[in-house]
Amino acid sequence: MKTTETNTAAASPAIDASPRLGVLKTYKLYIGGKFPRTESGRFYKLTSPTGEVLANMCQGSRKDFREAVVAARGAQGKWASATAYNRGQILYRIAEMLEGRSSQFVAELVQMGTPVSEAQAQVACAIDRMVYYAGWCDKYQQVFSSVNPVASSHFNFSVPEPTGVVSVIAPEASGLAGLISVIAPIIVGGNACVVLASNSQALCAITLAEVLHTSDLPGGVVNILTGDRDELLEHFASHMDVNAMVYCGNDADHIEKVRTTATGNLKRTLTRSRTDWIAEDAQGPYDILDTIEIKTTWHPIGV
Amino acid sequence: MTPASPTTSASLPDLSKSPTIDQVGVEERASRFTKRSIKKDSKLEALKMVLSMIDLTTLSGQDTPGKVKQMCYKAKHLHDAVAGLPHVAAVCVYPTMVHVAKKELEGSGIHIASVATGFPTGQYPLDVKLDDTRKAVADGAGEIDMVISRGRFLKGDYNYVFDEIAQVKEACGEAHLKVILETGELSTYDNVRKASDLAMHAGADFIKTSTGTISPAATMPVTLVMLEAIRDYYYQTGKMIGMKPAGGIGNAKLAIHYLVMLKETLGQGWMTPDMFRFGASRLANDVLMQIVKQQSGAYQSADYFSND
Repeated sequence: MKTTETNTAAASPAIDASPRLGVLKTYKLYIGGKFPRTESGRFYKLTSPTGEVLANMCQGSRKDFREAVVAARGAQGKWASATAYNRGQILYRIAEMLEGRSSQFVAELVQMGTPVSEAQAQVACAIDRMVYYAGWCDKYQQVFSSVNPVASSHFNFSVPEPTGVVSVIAPEASGLAGLISVIAPIIVGGNACVVLASNSQALCAITLAEVLHTSDLPGGVVNILTGDRDELLEHFASHMDVNAMVYCGNDADHIEKVRTTATGNLKRTLTRSRTDWIAEDAQGPYDILDTIEIKTTWHPIGV
Repeated sequence: MTPASPTTSASLPDLSKSPTIDQVGVEERASRFTKRSIKKDSKLEALKMVLSMIDLTTLSGQDTPGKVKQMCYKAKHLHDAVAGLPHVAAVCVYPTMVHVAKKELEGSGIHIASVATGFPTGQYPLDVKLDDTRKAVADGAGEIDMVISRGRFLKGDYNYVFDEIAQVKEACGEAHLKVILETGELSTYDNVRKASDLAMHAGADFIKTSTGTISPAATMPVTLVMLEAIRDYYYQTGKMIGMKPAGGIGNAKLAIHYLVMLKETLGQGWMTPDMFRFGASRLANDVLMQIVKQQSGAYQSADYFSND
């Protein structure tokens, strides 16, 4: 007993000065609107650049991924059929919740080794980007749809439809701005996604899950896992019930593996190799276009 | 334990001799079967065995000859993309659809099961039930799934239920008789055990948990109670009675748990489609998806499997 007390005191000297014991947060996964631990029971130690242990993160397994895809598939249809206006409101709500937690996000980014000014810029960017995409929810359809001139007696028009379930390997170096920048355009388009968060910047991802959870975003639309990229990459790419995959990074072997493995069901694969996620051009309507399909209808007229 | 010599004449057993069921014990025991690790090759074999034991079922007011034909096609061609798959054990339909299934399944080796005796409630006069049975058998059903009169059973009229089963058995002739206890309406495990004993003594070839229209349908504990009744009956008479859990077994993992339970309760002799069946409509597709997952390594999508 005595040993334990000494250890705790040694690990967190701040507690000594405080009149009460601090409550350390358990970071779990976010699947289907719930916060389960990984079914594998594994974890990894998330450390700051100075070597300080920040948290025990769940090391998600392929079975967690499988469960998340089931949750995403279950949620996608209803999310896609929600009105564009409603989706916009929910995305705006996410921005509001992010704003309310901005100091927590800054603190977590700093803990994980991001300089303060950059951390603040990342959080501000994340909030602004969410508002930006909230605005696009009821506009991208008009930008990307068209009435097409055809020679036969048909009224011919093209409209966007969601691709479906998208698996995402999130940017490794940008724990919040990068994560938001890939998730937001996917859900704007009525898709559901399963995201593998940055391994070394994982704190923000799970805190973001709490934000999503309190923003009326239906459970299962966004699912967030933490774990090992090398281990999960293949399953993210090979799952037959995933319709598109977004890979963030520039590891040539990874990209090759994604491209070859994804051929199983010819899923759409997208590579994002940028490193600066705060930049103005890290957002845009064409990011939404990447995970939507265009459906063209030939409607007979004049008969 | 050597089984006693088979008895020939059916008579109502003394149901007060049926052992009482320890609810906590049986539920605990049943949950243990879900902890076995069945992986790789054994899993693949188990999945194939599950497929071969399925009674592919359609029992709805909306059934049409077209739908039954489609299901029969599925029974014969579960998933042509994978070679070496078994076909299902039987298709299970309403009596009016038996002739359709008969024509479709000619020469395929797949049995035709028909529900009868006023399925699913059983609240009909006995002569109607017997006619129902004879008609289904005459149309070509090789297996009859009958429902017992739960109302009569629950009010303690065991003689009536016993005679009813015995007469339906007689009406079946050569056809196999599966007796549906509808355990979801029997309230207690003790009743399930009594009904199992009664049905087996009255001449059932199979005992079956549920119609699938009542919730709860098949559960592992209730199936365990019935399997133990079958075991005791075997020791007592030397006759092997089959078991069919039905309803609520929607995925491959659960089906494998049932196989584990079967193996550890009754042994290898029952691990065949002649002695064990799954009554299910959705199970086959999940099993197929798991088989393809085992073979390809990639998780599967329902988009690539036939939708019924």
